[in-house]
Parts: sequence; structure tokens; C-alpha cells
Amino acid sequence: MGGLSLGRLAFLALVVAIFAFVIAPLLTIVWVSFFSEKILAFPPTGYTISWYARASEIADFANGFLMSVKVGLCATVASLAIGVPAALAIERFPFPGRETIRQVLLSPMYVPAIVAGAAVYIYFIELEILTTFQLAATFSGLVIAHTLVALPWTLRLVCASLVSANTVSEEAARSLGANALQTFLYVTLPIIRPGMIAAAMFSFIASFSDLEKSLFLVGPGKTTLPIAILNYLEWSLDPTIAAVATVQILIIGTALIVSDRFVKLGKVF
Amino acid sequence: MAGVTLSNIRKTYGALAAVDDVSIEIRDGELLALLGPSGCGKTTTLRMIAGFVAPTSGTVKFGERDVTRVPVHKRNVGMVFQGYALFPHLTVAKNVEFGLRVRGWDKAKIAARVTEMLRWVQMEALAERSPRALSGGQQQRVALARAMANHPEVLLLDEPFSALDAKLRTQMRTEIRELQRQAGITSVFVTHDQEEAMAIADRIGVMNQGRLEQLGSAEDLYKRPVSRFVAGFIGKCNFIEGRVTGPGRFEAANGSVLQFTGAHAGGPAALCFRPEHAVLTQSGAAGNSIAVTVKSVTYLGPVTEYDLVSDAGDKLVVSASSSGDAAVPRAGDKLALGWRLEDAFVVD
Repeated sequence: MGGLSLGRLAFLALVVAIFAFVIAPLLTIVWVSFFSEKILAFPPTGYTISWYARASEIADFANGFLMSVKVGLCATVASLAIGVPAALAIERFPFPGRETIRQVLLSPMYVPAIVAGAAVYIYFIELEILTTFQLAATFSGLVIAHTLVALPWTLRLVCASLVSANTVSEEAARSLGANALQTFLYVTLPIIRPGMIAAAMFSFIASFSDLEKSLFLVGPGKTTLPIAILNYLEWSLDPTIAAVATVQILIIGTALIVSDRFVKLGKVF
Repeated sequence: MAGVTLSNIRKTYGALAAVDDVSIEIRDGELLALLGPSGCGKTTTLRMIAGFVAPTSGTVKFGERDVTRVPVHKRNVGMVFQGYALFPHLTVAKNVEFGLRVRGWDKAKIAARVTEMLRWVQMEALAERSPRALSGGQQQRVALARAMANHPEVLLLDEPFSALDAKLRTQMRTEIRELQRQAGITSVFVTHDQEEAMAIADRIGVMNQGRLEQLGSAEDLYKRPVSRFVAGFIGKCNFIEGRVTGPGRFEAANGSVLQFTGAHAGGPAALCFRPEHAVLTQSGAAGNSIAVTVKSVTYLGPVTEYDLVSDAGDKLVVSASSSGDAAVPRAGDKLALGWRLEDAFVVD
């Protein structure tokens, strides 16, 4: 074994550089959240954890956080309720038009979120004019929009796990006397469970971090955390925002690591 | 236990007939092999017996019971899948008990039966293992125990040995055959490997393009194939092209007249014999020999193979045991190739 060749060294340097480019902003935010001055200055004169305490005292952040968690959980449940049966139908029954349905359900991923958010808003308003039923600026309206954000992730991940769990296991169950329901409960479901857990995690992350789709849909006193952050940033730039962002990074990072234990995420995309 | 009767079953996909008018009576306790190249309809036939595929027409009977419209899970078949299809999320014991649990057996009976089945296939020691931690042969034994746990009426095996390496394949097929015989269960297995079919099946059904070409014992198929396809698929075969011009009279393409036993309708046909049934001599008798030129000689240890071409242009192969002292023919030699009258047969 000789030393590293020049080409290999250059490649390693490139990998490190890309990794640093991705991770540096995140680390900077975490670092800044402990700076002691109110006005961001470099290098910091000292460190403190008081910004975390301050962040939790600001009602907009605390409420926004709770709102984001609630909306995220509801959207996750809704996207599983729609996405799992849809994935099953698409992967297990060869009906005409299933590719179209797949693409329609995945489309929220491709449409710019701000455009989709505006469209959902306009749709809600039109619906309200027609039926006097209010969805814009309500919790349900927000959950519906976030379900759209989450659904493509659920569909992707559950479809991927259905493809890798080939139908022969299901046939084996049928040949052993299991009816359709038993086959689903005892064979299909356990095999796709890791995919469903990953789907739930991703759905939650997608909803939790969504800003653009929610912008038009939140009502007074009912903002989500990303919108609370945006509102705060308009008036002040101090480490409180970094503290809030750090908490958000922690939550999302944990969810990603947990998902990866169930489904090797690299295999899905 | 019961036999299985397939009556005129057909399965069409659009204009294509995957299985075309197949009738087979599988005897009680028999091991029948469905043999053929890929796409011949053997797997579709097996899947119609299992109930995964509904025949377009025709009937499937287990004993006296017509199961044509009975769904898979109510047929009581045991099936061993290609690649075994063990449930990856369940242990060996849980795999075996699956069929009993979904059928609502009580706990004590299940435990006793699972133990019995695992002992039968010698897998008791590995009952708590995950299928992923098993070798191919062990997985196959578990698959068999799982398929047989509920006392099925019919055992179906879909290319059961294809995932194993050559040595293990030979060992497992003997083992499976022994277990099948002990259980006395009517069994159908699908394979594309003629040696495998001949080694363990009581009877073989040769399929081609959706049709059952011939059904019989390995010896029947080898000695008395009814079609050119069967003759060529089961073992090696030589074909001399020509026509049948009268009772027992065959005329080769170059006009030389040969004899054959048995009846065959007049018209274009081929006279066939096996490579080991022919001998090369200096001169041959009229009626059961032809003039050939040796193209190449291949020494294969116990036998030597000679590639020949007849005066009429047919490419032929003959194999002879490699005995030391006889004058060995060499490439370029012009000789006669003869055979015993009863070893030759005619096909379309």
C-alpha cells in the first residue's frame, strides 16, 4: 500500500469542502445561539444560555412551536391515512391510470410551495364564498395544506418499501390460508412498517419546517414556528432567533436519524 | 389426500394463450414434474392449481372437489416458492406456525405441530433464528415445513432448487423427494432442468408454447418421444431430415431409404436416434445406417464425442466410450453410422 495518490487526495479535499459547505451554516447558528451580546458581533465577547430562556418566554415562539407540532402531527396522520392505501393500490393493483395518480400525488413536491400555498388560499376563499364554510386562517385549513406537503413523502417511502417487499411473501401467506385482511395485517404491514415509520418522520419534518405554504393560511394568533421566526426577523436580529433555530435543527436532526434506522434513506431517492 | 385433475384448462392473456387446453390426471401421492423452457406455461399451470391464476376455461379438481373457482386461501395447498418467500420479519418457528395461526388452530396444537414439522426437516435447533440467518438449503427445509404444516391436499413447488448451487441442488432434491415420499402427498413441481425432473419425478409433463407435449415416465420420454420438441428437450438427439414415404419407410433428403419400426403418417418428418445408440463403422447395413464424414473428435474422459455430417447435410453427434485399443476415427474420415432398428423413431 503506497501513500495517497494526488487524485485521491484532491477527491477527499473536495468531499470535505462540500461537507463543510453543507454543515457550516448549521454549526454557525448553533454557535451564535450561545453568544452573549445582543448585537451580533464577531468574535463574541462571552457565552450565555439565556437566549434559550428568552426564546421560550416569547409567546409567539412558544405558541408557534406548539402549533407547528400539532399541525405536523395531524398532517402526518392524515398523509399516512391517504398515502398508505394509495401506495398499496398503486403498487399492488395494475389498474389503468395509476402512473398518473402517482404523479398527481407526488406533484406537491414539484410545484413551488409559495405558488401552491397561494393556490390553496385562493381555493379556500372561493370555497368560502360558495359555501360560507371557512378554511382559510383556520387550524383545519392549515392541516389540509400541510397534508399536501407531507403526502408526497409518505407515498414515495411507502411505495419504495412495497417494491422491495415483493409480492411473493403475500402469495405465500395466501397459500397458507390467510385471507386478504390477514395477509395485509400479518405480512404486508410488518414488512412495510419501517417504510411507514420513515414516512411519518419525513411527513412531520416536511410539515414542521414548511414556511411558504403556510404563509397565506395562518390566522392571527395561530402562526407556526417558521412564520414566527420570519415575523421576529423582520424587526430584530439577535441570538434568540439562533436559539429557536437550534431547537428546530435538533428536532429535525433527531427525526432524520431515527428514520434512517428504519429505512436506509439513501435507497429511497 | 387426493389426486389432482386438470381438465382442458386454458389461460389466455389477450390473444396469447399462456396455457392451451392442458389436461393432466395427477395420481394420489405422485410427484409430477412440469418441465419446459421459460414461457412454456408450466408456471401458469402451477399457479392455476394453486389458485393464483383463474383459468379462462377448464376445471381443476382436488379429488372429487371442483376447486376451479375456490380462492387460494380456501384450497388447502402447500406451496414452496422460488426463493422460498419465507417471511423475513418472523422466526423459523413463527414461519412454520403461520398457516396454523391464520386458520385458528389452538395454541397447544400449534406448538405440537410446529415441533413435529421442524423435527421432520431437522430444523428444531434453529427454530428461533431469523430466515436471513439461514443457508439456502435450510431456508428450503423451513419453506417445506411451513407448506406442509396444515396437512395440505397438494404440494406445489415452483423451481424449488434454482436458488441453490449445483452440489446442494443434487442433495436437496434427493432430500425433498424422500420427504415427499414419506408424507405421501400429491405433488407438482415446476422446473426447466430436465435432469432434475428425470431424477426425482414419477412422471414428467413436457410443456411447450402453452401445450402439454407429452406426459410420461422419464424412460417413456427418452425412449419414445412423441414430438421433435420432446426428443430435443429430453437429452441429446440426432435428427435426419426427410419424409415418410410408406409404412416403415423413410426417405432422407439425399434419397437414401431408411427403415423404422412403429407407425407414422406420411409426409415430412425426421428420423431420430440418441448419440449413444449409434456406432461408427467402416461400412453399414442398408436401412439402418448412413454415410457420414467425421468433422471433429472431442475426448471427454469416459466418452468421446464425434461431430459428424451426413451426405445429406444433417449435423449429427455420436458418443462412444473411450476405449484405448480400437482404431479411433479421426476428423476427415468417411465412415458409416449405424443404429439398431428399435432405437430409431420418427417424429414430425
